Amino acid sequence: MEKQDNRCGRPLRGAEIIVQCLIEQGVRHVFGYPGGYIIDTFDALWLYRDKITHVLTAHEQGACHAADGYARATGRTGVVMSTSGPGATNLVTGIATAYMDSVPLVAVTGNVPLASLGRDSFQEVDITGVTMPVTKHNFIVKDVRDLAPTMREAFAIAASGRPGPVLVDVPKNVQQAVCPYTPAAPAPRSVGHFTPDARARKAADVLSAAKRPLVLAGGGVIRSDACDDLRAFAERHRLPVASTMMGLGCMPADHPLYMGMIGMHGSAAVAKALNECDVLLAVGTRFSDRVAGNPQKFAAQASIVHVDIDTAEIDKVVHSAAHIMGDAGQVLRYLDNAVTVSPDAAWTERCRALKNDFAYAFSSLPLCPRKILHGIAAATPADKLVATDVGQHQMWTAQSYPVSHPRTLLTSGGLGTMGYGLGAAIGAATATDKPVALITGDGSFHMNLNELSTCVKNKLNVKVFVFNNNVLGMVRQWQTLFYQKHYSATTLNSPTDYVLLAKAFGATGLSLRKNEDINAVVQKAFDTEGTVVVDCRIGQDEFVLPMIPPGKSAADIITAIEEKTE
Amino acid sequence: MKQYIVTALVANKSGVLTRVSGLFARRGYNINSLAVCATETPAFSRMTIVAEADDATIKQITRQLDKLVDVKKVALLSPDKAVCRELLIVKLTLDPAQRPEIESTCNIYKAKMIDLSPASLIVELTGEPNKIDAFIQVVTHYGIIELVRTGLTALSRGADNINDLTDYNDLF
Repeated sequence: MEKQDNRCGRPLRGAEIIVQCLIEQGVRHVFGYPGGYIIDTFDALWLYRDKITHVLTAHEQGACHAADGYARATGRTGVVMSTSGPGATNLVTGIATAYMDSVPLVAVTGNVPLASLGRDSFQEVDITGVTMPVTKHNFIVKDVRDLAPTMREAFAIAASGRPGPVLVDVPKNVQQAVCPYTPAAPAPRSVGHFTPDARARKAADVLSAAKRPLVLAGGGVIRSDACDDLRAFAERHRLPVASTMMGLGCMPADHPLYMGMIGMHGSAAVAKALNECDVLLAVGTRFSDRVAGNPQKFAAQASIVHVDIDTAEIDKVVHSAAHIMGDAGQVLRYLDNAVTVSPDAAWTERCRALKNDFAYAFSSLPLCPRKILHGIAAATPADKLVATDVGQHQMWTAQSYPVSHPRTLLTSGGLGTMGYGLGAAIGAATATDKPVALITGDGSFHMNLNELSTCVKNKLNVKVFVFNNNVLGMVRQWQTLFYQKHYSATTLNSPTDYVLLAKAFGATGLSLRKNEDINAVVQKAFDTEGTVVVDCRIGQDEFVLPMIPPGKSAADIITAIEEKTE
Repeated sequence: MKQYIVTALVANKSGVLTRVSGLFARRGYNINSLAVCATETPAFSRMTIVAEADDATIKQITRQLDKLVDVKKVALLSPDKAVCRELLIVKLTLDPAQRPEIESTCNIYKAKMIDLSPASLIVELTGEPNKIDAFIQVVTHYGIIELVRTGLTALSRGADNINDLTDYNDLF
């Protein structure tokens, strides 16, 4: 990293250099919350308000999730800004969420002036120390001459290779210091150039020999914008495709070759195909414990061919027979030409039958969660995005919502962050101007519902569907199955009236009680301008099925639960 | 489990050691020693890390290290193609009657006496870790007041530098 050349460029305050660098990168929205040690940079944001819109949230966590949702929906790097100390620590959950799901994000934090650093000053936190394990990289800028190069490097790192969050901490006096600034063009996104080597040829050979091939597509396929490549590859070689939750949208849900989601709550058809395939081509996925509960028994009959841009993911969890390190799109295009797979006709037929024979079960109670999801999918406009929080509603969405395009499902996969959804919906609504359906639970929604004020204030087209069952349903499900029905701390019974709550925030509240009303209420939500909250009263003992118990393999899948709790 | 010598060229700036040691702690890798110092190029430091690991773990260690932005180059050194040295400084209790014996022990090991007081002496010894271990064992009965050792540092033999070493991915 070169220090900036002092001999040319016009003198600017550090704060303005930060904002100029954002403009260089094509940033049009910043999510954030001001405070004493970032006030200078907010002053610069005010100066450049015709170029960058700042979205003020209710809490820094919401701002960080919004920047994350913005990035997931667009593929562009999200930007969040906060003050030092509590402002910065409030970002941590959002940064960790982005880190686990490889979301490109740049967080800019203010800090106390250099002279006050290390003295436990007011609102001082060593935020680079705090975020070290949850950022791809982070910086503290102690010299204003390093500021522009650091900002540029932060954006380059966030978007390159396997994307991730980068934090830039800027002490107040560095924001105030003046230094010559010369604009620079943003560096192109670097994913490396894949050149076929012996490893790649071996992988192609393993795949070419497959008789019962299965493709597993992960979030990397979406991050790499390789969904068209995946589809062309699968169609040309007649390969059945399963996806991880992070990969949902990589193939249209109704595509004949698409089999469904893998994992703890994945489709039983995929679980069976996984157990029977002889070669598994895993692209842009990391075999998390929610995908491979038991790595030793994962795809027991298969040779695994692993494709990932992050070399450290190769052989981290499951051992691959062959692997290719590289960008998913480039590698898929290579494989498309390099392999000649001829799957057994019986296998193609088997996969089709497995898919057709499997369906997620509907609830017999008056209001069925999956039917609500189908209602949301069927409602107009069709080009909506979906965000979720974390828990049963998230799994039902991943299972049953027909995600048909990449970047239209925003969900916290790796970190499993309850409270992620509303912020993410704000980011996505800001980025796309499309309506965003937030599927949430009464537990998750309570965590960050303060951001309703952000939605209403900014007239965001966010429709919040609260799957309200009065309990923390997913934990309760585990308590039912594995903890002798000890419902410790999972009964919420909060007296919150969601219709009144919506009204208090200036949003519209609706309620949904029975299946017969789904289409009308859901369509009304989308037809109503602005932010709407729909209280969907579902049963407290709905289960998310199928379920592969933690640490187990696809052979141990639970597809039905005999005994219902009272 | 095997002992591996990881050598890494890293950016010479504050926080790099924290990033590396944090990575080892977070991911539960066993580290026997870590030696780091600036190099002939002010921008870079060189780290030598000795880790106990099985094949899968050392693969992870090298690849995870390589992901750190401040780590410029990572390689594995094979002990038979590298020179490995460690420095020991040990302070012994001095019983004047034993001084000739201590001196002769030091001569055998080519250790140097570098400080002397009426009740103590300090010895320095450079060598491979097993030689240092052996020496410590021999001098223990004189009474060790305290000791420090640097941890292993190592360079590949021959004209190669770190950039010429085999890509660790080709070793697995």
